[in-house]
Amino acid sequence: MKIHEYQAKQIFARYGVPIPRGEVASTPQESAAVAARLAAEVVVKAQIHAGGRGKGGGIRKAATPADAEKHAAAMLGRPLVTPQTGPQGRVVRRVLVEETLPIERELYLGLVIDRALARVVVMASAAGGMEIEEVARENPEAILKAALDPATGLPAFQTRRLAFGLDLKDELGKQAAKLLAALYRVFVEQDASLVEVNPCIVTRDGRLVALDAKINFDDNALFRHPELAALRDLNEEEPLEIEASKHSLNYIKLDGNVGCMVNGAGLAMSTMDIIQLAGGQPANFLDVGGGASAEQIREAFKILVADKSVRAVLINIFGGILRCDRLATGVVEAARQLHLTVPIVVRMEGTNVKQGREILRKSGLNFTVAADMKDAAEKVVARAKKQ
Amino acid sequence: MSVLVDNKTRVVVQGLTGREGSFHAGQMLEYGTKVVAGVTPGKGGMKHLGVPVFDTVEQAVRATGANASVVFVPPPFAADAVLEAADAGLPLVVCITEGIPTLDMVKVSAFLAARGTRLIGPNCPGIISPGQCKIGIMPGFIHQRGPVGLVSRSGTLTYEAVAQLTALGLGQSTCIGIGGDPIIGTSFTDAVRLFNDDPETKAIVLIGEIGGAAEEQAAAYIKKHVRKPVVGFIAGRTAPPGRRMGHAGAIIAGGAGTAKEKMAALRKAGVTVAESPAEIGATVAAVLKKKRRKR
Repeated sequence: MKIHEYQAKQIFARYGVPIPRGEVASTPQESAAVAARLAAEVVVKAQIHAGGRGKGGGIRKAATPADAEKHAAAMLGRPLVTPQTGPQGRVVRRVLVEETLPIERELYLGLVIDRALARVVVMASAAGGMEIEEVARENPEAILKAALDPATGLPAFQTRRLAFGLDLKDELGKQAAKLLAALYRVFVEQDASLVEVNPCIVTRDGRLVALDAKINFDDNALFRHPELAALRDLNEEEPLEIEASKHSLNYIKLDGNVGCMVNGAGLAMSTMDIIQLAGGQPANFLDVGGGASAEQIREAFKILVADKSVRAVLINIFGGILRCDRLATGVVEAARQLHLTVPIVVRMEGTNVKQGREILRKSGLNFTVAADMKDAAEKVVARAKKQ
Repeated sequence: MSVLVDNKTRVVVQGLTGREGSFHAGQMLEYGTKVVAGVTPGKGGMKHLGVPVFDTVEQAVRATGANASVVFVPPPFAADAVLEAADAGLPLVVCITEGIPTLDMVKVSAFLAARGTRLIGPNCPGIISPGQCKIGIMPGFIHQRGPVGLVSRSGTLTYEAVAQLTALGLGQSTCIGIGGDPIIGTSFTDAVRLFNDDPETKAIVLIGEIGGAAEEQAAAYIKKHVRKPVVGFIAGRTAPPGRRMGHAGAIIAGGAGTAKEKMAALRKAGVTVAESPAEIGATVAAVLKKKRRKR
């Protein structure tokens, strides 16, 4: 789960990570009021779940409250297009108004899970403000790393090593140790999958401050952090994906016109791939899971056909736990109830496949039964093109 | 021969009396797997599916000589179940559970490393040596004993590949589902090493997907050590970056972990990569035929 910068900064503040003074605002007037309260030059930052905001004009300095109001008015209620949002952009609903600070240096600090090491890794670099992936490609030795043993956490020697590596000495070194320890606590106590400060700045008056803040949470751990649910911003999510998640369906909307319904994530990805190999474009990823019920199949159909670009649907099921006869019954019921008109190609294999195919054939509905994955992909692409 | 599990494997099912554990333990018994014990805390002393139930894994191992465990325990308690199995000295633990918090797995990994227990999974279909032992949730009937070793991050895509192999008369030595999570116990490299050392395995199938660099690491190992033919497939060439494709570990992050990179790394290591998921079986048949002709 992703959250906004202002929410991440609120969490940082609770853990004692220094952040600039500022407040979130949802109208231009509020923005002006915040700027007036701060009584300083401010920066107005658009709050969306995507990076590269500066490049899209989503981060602007304002010398006066009137300027802050003007910038906020230009951002709020409008889509902001950045290199990470896609051409349609994301609508800005809030801005963060913060004091500007005199910057001496910009650093990068990040905590992630290293999959191969199975550990939390702290990454630090003196090249703040740049994307860490870019630094990793162009100058990998400029990234300092510390892999942490869960039994010891972040020991003092590691924070010292990182601080010295970033050329943070004396008072700044002490601040860095405190800040890194706080970030590690955020990561572990909040079950984060990413904690990133880019940039973390050294001010001209010798303070280390988190100028930006990014926290992603581990979806698998949300059950033990019920309070985080309040931080979810549904406006940042695709409506069909929200609907799918209510029915425990794993759905991701894509740009093509061939809808697909598959059991299992790997098979679902492969189904998208084989649609493309057959000359079509998948309209979605949809994994109905290992034991999909008739109700889930109906909901899955509703979501598929709610996408207006879908011209044909491919159902690809390998029945293991999910028996083909049960699936076929669910598909027939859903197609009848929803009066589906899109062409549907069904490919089934596995447990009770003969009974399943028989149920489809006898239904009197317009299903095309395919022999295998390749046949299914070719048939569904041909039908999507005809529509 | 086969790898990791065979007809001498004696299985304890953690979570035997639960809905999932009950159903799949029944299927495992039907397949012929030696399910010798179940563990459900608080239900020790009873019998379920004709199998004795114990309160702790330690008791189950002591009483029955179990040498492998399978975990069907809900996500909040699954990591603890794996720790318990490792602490009881079991050399092999298969964890089926999907949805375990990543930081729980960080702790589990460190704990297992200190004890020498091998974990398969989590978030996986399990492991099967056809005709000998099935530990997990895969449909047994699609498998057939034979010379192909298969390792995969996926569930149903593995079944798809196995069904293609069996239809072509190509049986399997062992099929290992290593799981779709970011942190897993047994890697592609571990599985490939086991298959490479197994005399019954004549060809290896590696089914990967987007996210992480485990396929690239396996490619480096294959290039250096493996002389058996290896067939690869990578799912997710059409997956958009930055989105988690069902599996917690299937995500292209910061431009890394793409299908294209993985396919290129495998090809560079001499692996024959199937472009289409429908051609995995046929590709294995082709490389085995080519190998026979060379002799």
